[in-house]
Amino acid sequence: METHLSPEHKDTSDGKLAESILRKCVHCGFCNATCPTYQLLGDENDGPRGRIYLMKQMLEGNDVEEKTLLHLDRCLTCRSCETTCPSGVEYSKLLEVGRKVAEEKIQRPTQQLRLRKILRKTLPNSERFKMLVKSGQLFKPFLPKSLKKKIPERSTPSAWPTSQHTRKMLILDGCVQPAIRPQTNSAAANVLDKLGVSVIKADKAGCCGAVSLHLSAEEEALAAMKRNIDAWWPEIEAGAEAIIMTASGCGVTVKEYAHHLRDDVEYAEKAQRVSDLTKDIAEILLAEEDISSATTPKTLAWHPPCTLQHGQKITGVVEALLTKAGHTLVPVQDQHLCCGSAGTYSILQTDISQQLQVNKLKHLTANKPEMIVTANIGCQTHLQEDADIPVIHWIELFTD
Amino acid sequence: MPSSDQTITTIIATLGEFLSSDQLLTSEEELRPYECDGLSAYKRVPLAVTLPNTIEEVQKIMRICSARNIPVVARGAGTGLSGGALPDENGIILGLSRFNQILEIDEENQLARVQPGVRNLAISQAAAPYELFYAPDPSSQIACSIGGNVAENSGGVHSLKYGLTVHNVHAITIITSDGDLVTMGSAALDRAGYDLLGLMTGSEGMLGIIVEIVVRLLPKPKETVVLLAAFNSNSEAASAVAAIIGAGIIPAGLEMMDKLSIQAAEDFAHAGYPTDAEAILLCELDGSSIQVVEEKDRVTELFKSHNATSVQTATTAEEQARLWAGRKSAFPAVGRISPDYYCMDGTIPRMELPAVLDKISDLSTIYDLRVANVFHAGDGNLHPLILYDANNPGEFDRAEEFGSEILKTCVDAGGTITGEHGVGSEKIDQMCYQFSDDELEFFHAIKDAFDPKGYLNPGKAVPTLHRCAELGQMHVHNGELPHPDIPRF
Repeated sequence: METHLSPEHKDTSDGKLAESILRKCVHCGFCNATCPTYQLLGDENDGPRGRIYLMKQMLEGNDVEEKTLLHLDRCLTCRSCETTCPSGVEYSKLLEVGRKVAEEKIQRPTQQLRLRKILRKTLPNSERFKMLVKSGQLFKPFLPKSLKKKIPERSTPSAWPTSQHTRKMLILDGCVQPAIRPQTNSAAANVLDKLGVSVIKADKAGCCGAVSLHLSAEEEALAAMKRNIDAWWPEIEAGAEAIIMTASGCGVTVKEYAHHLRDDVEYAEKAQRVSDLTKDIAEILLAEEDISSATTPKTLAWHPPCTLQHGQKITGVVEALLTKAGHTLVPVQDQHLCCGSAGTYSILQTDISQQLQVNKLKHLTANKPEMIVTANIGCQTHLQEDADIPVIHWIELFTD
Repeated sequence: MPSSDQTITTIIATLGEFLSSDQLLTSEEELRPYECDGLSAYKRVPLAVTLPNTIEEVQKIMRICSARNIPVVARGAGTGLSGGALPDENGIILGLSRFNQILEIDEENQLARVQPGVRNLAISQAAAPYELFYAPDPSSQIACSIGGNVAENSGGVHSLKYGLTVHNVHAITIITSDGDLVTMGSAALDRAGYDLLGLMTGSEGMLGIIVEIVVRLLPKPKETVVLLAAFNSNSEAASAVAAIIGAGIIPAGLEMMDKLSIQAAEDFAHAGYPTDAEAILLCELDGSSIQVVEEKDRVTELFKSHNATSVQTATTAEEQARLWAGRKSAFPAVGRISPDYYCMDGTIPRMELPAVLDKISDLSTIYDLRVANVFHAGDGNLHPLILYDANNPGEFDRAEEFGSEILKTCVDAGGTITGEHGVGSEKIDQMCYQFSDDELEFFHAIKDAFDPKGYLNPGKAVPTLHRCAELGQMHVHNGELPHPDIPRF
């Protein structure tokens, strides 16, 4: 596509990146076909091709107002368009630049700013978030129905294995998962313990940076990334084989640390090493041969998170592991579409998020599964809010 | 005629009485993404974009615009490649993307009743549980809308055997230029009276607005195989095409790709194409088991006797889907090897394929622009993609001139200037080359009968005689006419 970036952006690192991505787009419109928001809203401005156009105009120095910000905000960053795009347009990287520039040029209303700040201060802080969830659980009986369904059930994780193996892998605890569903990581640790691998948590590691990144707080995101790299580095040097992710939303972000820190003299190399070592738990198990069969095979509906199938391009792996273990997967229509969770999206864009969740649950439950399995805490809680059957991380099925 | 600011304000206010803010776009930033369709080299910003939800809203919009003679340009998924949905600066876009419901799959009568904004592929997906499919499958079938397919009379890989859109549509409901609702055609195959449905199909949004379509579904064939043959030259592959058709075989699809397109498509789809081949042919054969086996053997023999360097057979649905995925994504995949491309669409008699491909290759040297060929070889429908860089001043003009030469070559070889993409804005000048004044006058008489005010997609598809006369007399330099400000439509 023809581009004429304005002098303001032409020679910056972000500007050059944006231009190289824009030039790959040939405006064919294939992306709109698999874009959840375009399918719902039918406006070119709410599909990837239109958003690319909006960003191009902005970077070319045209006047932008709140409409550009609105349509960029409505993007789920599910990256379904990247899977569909034959030309190889790296849309999400362009969007990151576009959102950053839009935030600089367009003033958000105070109310929006306040909400975004609250999210940035609560979600990535796992202690603060834990306290919030605990008090929510305590007062749950007194809460209105709409709020009640957002509070997860209290749960107790299985004990962390104590045996020490020579094979070691790091695991990211993340920010919201320890409060909502601590079982997921203890399940992963126990499964790997049986396979002769010790799973280590680095105490000082925390949020992967995705929350800040999605809310266009780049500096904050980069600080979180560096903190995690520092927390993991001693174990990496001591020979940890991998950094395991049990939330694909975090996984996709950590796998891109190398991209985010590419211009950082001190961290670029370390970030590359961390990104290379980062694996989704499915990728780890795929390489291990001795996986036990399920004692009670179940009929499951599999919901592949966008961050797994479009972000990390991992498809067919979890399906193969579950089938191999003896479970049955029911067919699910429109499996490529987002469930509407998308990080903070479910809080900031409630209408679209709700519509996507309703559609997703309809398709997931159409063939009467016993439970829904997924691979990301965000999707899990979002779907569980209105699902009549349990929604869990698939790894928990391997601890039977 | 340019509208005055007051007229624009009045029109927008009137539309705003029944359209919500997300159905009526008027800000510059939101209008820009509508300034072009799939042919992004042609751009014009409309006055407004309307996104109606109901037929009644479409009727109201039409009546308002008709009364004030405001041009209305219909738009489906915006994937057209001839600028058919290019806006008019003084008009509005009528976007039909929200008409995206499949209203009925009639298994017994093998019909689907759908809204115009439904994606082509979605029809076949909805029909799949009944072992049925919708045959015309443009490469953009994942995204293009059925309304756009009818407006452009689109074809696709399977048109060789199963026909174009016009052969697969039973009925359409349109809104006339007066805002009335009229249905043309019926569930039956033959109809009394003039074939208005045939006339509407391919009329490029100039005679009415389509709001509902009944398409024919076909039973999925019992057996299908796909053959992939590699060749050392385009002309050997082209000769093999002529030989297959000459032998009385009608494949379900017979497609050719040259080296550049093979490499670009393979990079995206990982289809397993031989990237060292100069050309490949993809040949799909379907029907009963006996027929498919027999034809497969004959086609394989023909490939070999035309110097195919290898022939692969894909028998499973997965293998076949992978081979077609490369072909169907080939146009945009070319974005990997060139920042821009100009997709041509001309049709020639099959026997002329080797000579015309040679001529295109010569032109490529003269204009100093690369060409990737990927096309429906079986029905002689060429799609040369001229690769250029829009950021280099003058390169698109050169590409346009080159394209024009290709189309003239097609006409001279006994073919036409379009196979399935329509004329739109892009090929309007070449219409002067293809048709005589008498024929063009006849087209204008049809337009006048349906749209006497001429406000539906004005200036597309059929050039005025005046424009043709000027083109005949004037030297066209860099694709620009002298005094471009003088209205010529």
